[in-house]
Amino acid sequence: MFLIVEKKRLNEVSTKMKIKAPMIAKKAKAGQFIILRVNEYGERIPLTISDCDKDEGTVTIVYQRIGKTTMLLDELNKGDYILDFVGPLGKPTLTDGAEKVVIIGGGVGCAIAFPQAKQLYRAGKKVDIIAGFRNKDLIILEDEMKKVCDNLFIMTDDGSNGNKGFVTNCLENQIKNGYTYDLAIAIGPLAMMKAVCELTKEHNIKTIVSMNPIMIDGTGMCGCCRVTVNGETKFACVDGPDFDGHKVDFDETMKRIKMYEEVERKKIRDYNCNLMKGVSDV
Amino acid sequence: MSDITNKRVKMDELDPNERNKTFEEVATGYSEEQAISEAKRCLNCKTKPCINGCPVSVRIPEFINCVSKGDFRKAYEIITSTNSFPAICGRVCPQENQCESRCVRGKKGEPIAIGRLERFVADWHRKNEEYKTTKIEPCKNKIAVVGSGPSGLACANELAKNGYDVTIYEALHKAGGVLSYGIPGFRLPKSVVEYEITNLINLGVKIENNVVLGKTISIDELLELGYSYIYLSTGAGLPRFMGIQGEKLLGVYSANEFLTRINLMNAQLDNYDTPIIKPKNVAVIGGGNVAMDAARCAKRLMAENVYVLYRRSKNEMPARLEEIFHAEEEGIEFKFLVNPIRILGDEDGKVKSIECVRMKLSEPDESGRKKPIEQEGSNFFIDVDCVIMAIGTLPNPVIIDSISDVKKDKRGYILVDQNQKTSNDFVYAGGDAVTGAATVILAMAAGKNAAKYIIKNDKK
Repeated sequence: MFLIVEKKRLNEVSTKMKIKAPMIAKKAKAGQFIILRVNEYGERIPLTISDCDKDEGTVTIVYQRIGKTTMLLDELNKGDYILDFVGPLGKPTLTDGAEKVVIIGGGVGCAIAFPQAKQLYRAGKKVDIIAGFRNKDLIILEDEMKKVCDNLFIMTDDGSNGNKGFVTNCLENQIKNGYTYDLAIAIGPLAMMKAVCELTKEHNIKTIVSMNPIMIDGTGMCGCCRVTVNGETKFACVDGPDFDGHKVDFDETMKRIKMYEEVERKKIRDYNCNLMKGVSDV
Repeated sequence: MSDITNKRVKMDELDPNERNKTFEEVATGYSEEQAISEAKRCLNCKTKPCINGCPVSVRIPEFINCVSKGDFRKAYEIITSTNSFPAICGRVCPQENQCESRCVRGKKGEPIAIGRLERFVADWHRKNEEYKTTKIEPCKNKIAVVGSGPSGLACANELAKNGYDVTIYEALHKAGGVLSYGIPGFRLPKSVVEYEITNLINLGVKIENNVVLGKTISIDELLELGYSYIYLSTGAGLPRFMGIQGEKLLGVYSANEFLTRINLMNAQLDNYDTPIIKPKNVAVIGGGNVAMDAARCAKRLMAENVYVLYRRSKNEMPARLEEIFHAEEEGIEFKFLVNPIRILGDEDGKVKSIECVRMKLSEPDESGRKKPIEQEGSNFFIDVDCVIMAIGTLPNPVIIDSISDVKKDKRGYILVDQNQKTSNDFVYAGGDAVTGAATVILAMAAGKNAAKYIIKNDKK
């Protein structure tokens, strides 16, 4: 059982939680993830580690309420316990030799991009962050990100923050304006990572992406997180989650993450239905 | 006086057409009368060849003699003096290749049903005896066991009984390893596994779930925590795929994934959130016990047609005869001398069919098995919406990376000496992590053996 020591709603869809897990906090490095299970009947879902504090012995996760598991997780509050919490899994992000790095985060992916930026910035590298959100109400971690980069660009799809466009538009502008990067790290929705990779490939910028496919054990036992990288089958849980973005078959993974879409939709319907019942019972 | 009938006493089984819709145990077990009458067939011969066929040397004729006299308690004591988990072994050991293959009665007629008797004794004990296990206060060193599958459980049990303070570290949320995530309940009921694990905990063994060696903790850190020895029983690793086109289509599973979703995560039950595709037509690739388990689970998810595709013939199948027989009874269709070459999908990326070629067998290869060769132009398609790969495993890369100072072979399996000791004097290893995919009982034997040598070394 793992104690929730802090819970903070970031906006209407995203929440940040700090979990007491000293063994994981001691070992976790940027790019690694945990797998959690909320209750006895629940699924095991992977979430990338957003931050950790070795002294406190805590691990921070940021999640979006999009599936039943994250909805169940969101029912828990400070002082409650998460049944299972295991990690740190996967390989840490390798940024060897990179001096000028652009970190591109999409939506809740920014929470995962944050530790990468923090680590690189503290190591004295030049770091720019480009963060994209659907609208200004969904912007998260703005203050945190500001502290760990040289330039922060926040884009919104609808322009509601006064900066309309996709992260790729911003990156393209940067490149046009003469900014050079020797590494890009892209974390967010698959479509965003794919678009970033197409652009960076054109400009010959090495790009790391963080894949978050369906997983069960996260230790290389089940093989359901397989992705095609450079024509080879890789397991995201043990070979990744980071891969060379120019070599990842995004289209295939986009199809694979829809494997249980129908089941998931039904579960959410049932879940919402039960919630309504609960309300009317009161 | 022994009974001279050549036929063993049949064990009752659920009706194939009923049982293939539930996860209830298929073989229902002997009654006391049935057990006594089967036990009476034992000649209690002088040479006792059966004992040599048992990886943990259970004193078989002695326990059977007790059963024949109706002294089931004594029979249990005899078995458990060398095998701590008879309810498990009696169900999943390949007795036909072990003890029963050596039985003198097998020369003319059927050998004694040693496995069924072992299971009977264990089940009788579980039903009729009070929890006998009492906590043994550990008075000796702390030992860490990594992995709670059969090998880890056997090692922990032996060490705890000898007064050691044992902690098992398990990566998953539930203990049991392959006994929990792999072997389905209709072959090995979860209650049996849980009972044995509870016994172990009552004995004083601690189990820490959600700890991954090499990720959450390293070997050096375990030693720093004060463990004087470590036993690595981390099991087999990555599932193997064929490397054919279409393996990432929706509906293609490794057997590990398919079985884990069902056995560990209860995907077949509505009150669990675990998703699984409920397929109509399934192709299971492979001919081992895991393939049989996957096929029979698919049938129980109400698939209409379940095909097992195996590239050799029935004679070469590595699965236990009993499993093949049970699968056939339940309506699994075997297609022998057939090899898949491509999986085809629809526009959504869902599996729609599998292309196969027919094979023929040539001369036996190095392994002694006849090598299958493709018959040109024999391609054909089977309409399926689910494909399950049950063609074995490769060593786990997490373990390989995390024990860099422990010697491994070229493929990545851990190297040990006769005493299960690795190249590190404080680290022992056994089970599938050492041997590659093998049986539950061999893994248990390795765990027990390691415990024996750890104790011996510790006393020096």
